[in-house]
Amino acid sequence: MMDVTIDQEGCVAAGQCVLAAPDVFDQRDEDGVAVLLQNPSADQYDATREAALLCPARAIQLSE
Amino acid sequence: MEHIVIVGASAAGSTTAQTLRREGFGGALTVIGDEPHLPYDRPPLSKQVLLGAWAPDRTSFGPSTTYAEQGIELKLGSRADRLDLDRRTVELATGEQVAYDRLVVATGVRPIRLQQGHELKGVHLLRTLDDAIELRKALVEAASVVVVGAGFLGSETAAAARQLGCDVTLVDVAPAPMALQLGAEVGWMIADLHASNGVRVIGGSKVTCLHGTTAVEAVELADGTKVKADVVLIAVGSRPATEWLDGSGLPCADGVLQDEAPADVYAAGDVARWSSRRFGQSLRLEHRFNATEQAVHVARRILGNDDPFDPVPYFWTDQYDAKIQVYGVVPPDARLVVTQGDPAARKFVAHYVSEGRLSAVLGWNMPRETRQDRALLTAI
Repeated sequence: MMDVTIDQEGCVAAGQCVLAAPDVFDQRDEDGVAVLLQNPSADQYDATREAALLCPARAIQLSE
Repeated sequence: MEHIVIVGASAAGSTTAQTLRREGFGGALTVIGDEPHLPYDRPPLSKQVLLGAWAPDRTSFGPSTTYAEQGIELKLGSRADRLDLDRRTVELATGEQVAYDRLVVATGVRPIRLQQGHELKGVHLLRTLDDAIELRKALVEAASVVVVGAGFLGSETAAAARQLGCDVTLVDVAPAPMALQLGAEVGWMIADLHASNGVRVIGGSKVTCLHGTTAVEAVELADGTKVKADVVLIAVGSRPATEWLDGSGLPCADGVLQDEAPADVYAAGDVARWSSRRFGQSLRLEHRFNATEQAVHVARRILGNDDPFDPVPYFWTDQYDAKIQVYGVVPPDARLVVTQGDPAARKFVAHYVSEGRLSAVLGWNMPRETRQDRALLTAI
């Protein structure tokens, strides 16, 4: 089970998480801040880890 | 046991180390940094930290225990002074020799100084956390502020100083703020943004000298105008921090030429220069996202992945209520085509087109749409 937390105050709206894991993350319309669509399923773990790794604000925390 | 030494403990250095560990490197890892602080994030320095919205320690990438748990040795407050490629050692300022099997250079950049004036009280540079803390202290007390240089750092600092209630003048040799980075057209929009927030924007003007006896009093421009100042930020660009590599034989030319480095030496972040196949030019980027992307790439290359480094660069700036984001590389001669929204409403997406080819996508307060257009850059 992978738990995803987004620090929305720290998020810089780069959208890199959506590019890395489009089924897990999206951006709010008004300000681009990242939102979680769903907790990732096992086949989305790698993409979700990539999203957390690439986030330029290190705003995505995973607990596995 | 293999020993990887990373010189530079900021975003690129710490990300390289942590990615190596996370993805299975079992050898020894040492990260050498010249600042006393644990690794921290720089983009908030000219934004949230100057504004006081964040306490300085919120920029930290995590406590020292994280590194200890990951088996990463941090040597902080240690400056690398010399590199010996044959003996595979880094010599520190203390004289200590650190031997490596593989070396990652991630020493970043250093701000360029003016020829004169830095000895005066009230004259600041902004690169480190300590710089940001000092500058914030000064801005809170200041009445009039002159920012010399209207790139990312200068423009963001002018916005922060204005929001702190200072009387702010933003000066640059270019006609408009960020014209060098984003082209003149967007530069004029940023000039308008600052002017409408009450900043005096002076373009096409060189600073000739700083006046004052012990503390700075005024900034003199080429036409003789003197602008009163209690605080001056010099933000006229930076240079790769490669002095310690002089004489080592590691190929450097405005950065470490990573394509020409020996097989056991790598470079990542602001200091690294590489040749981009996608954009057909040599690139060195002082952008936060590049530090992460290149660090991850270097870590994976060390672990045996041969994919070339050929990213679509990404950078952003936050000034007042404007979030300006760019994917791609902005050529100096590019034509700007607005594709969505309206620049007058300060909400739009635009494409930079050069030689009939899309080279970058810029968004102004339209993050979602801008990111969606990035796909057009990879489709080429």
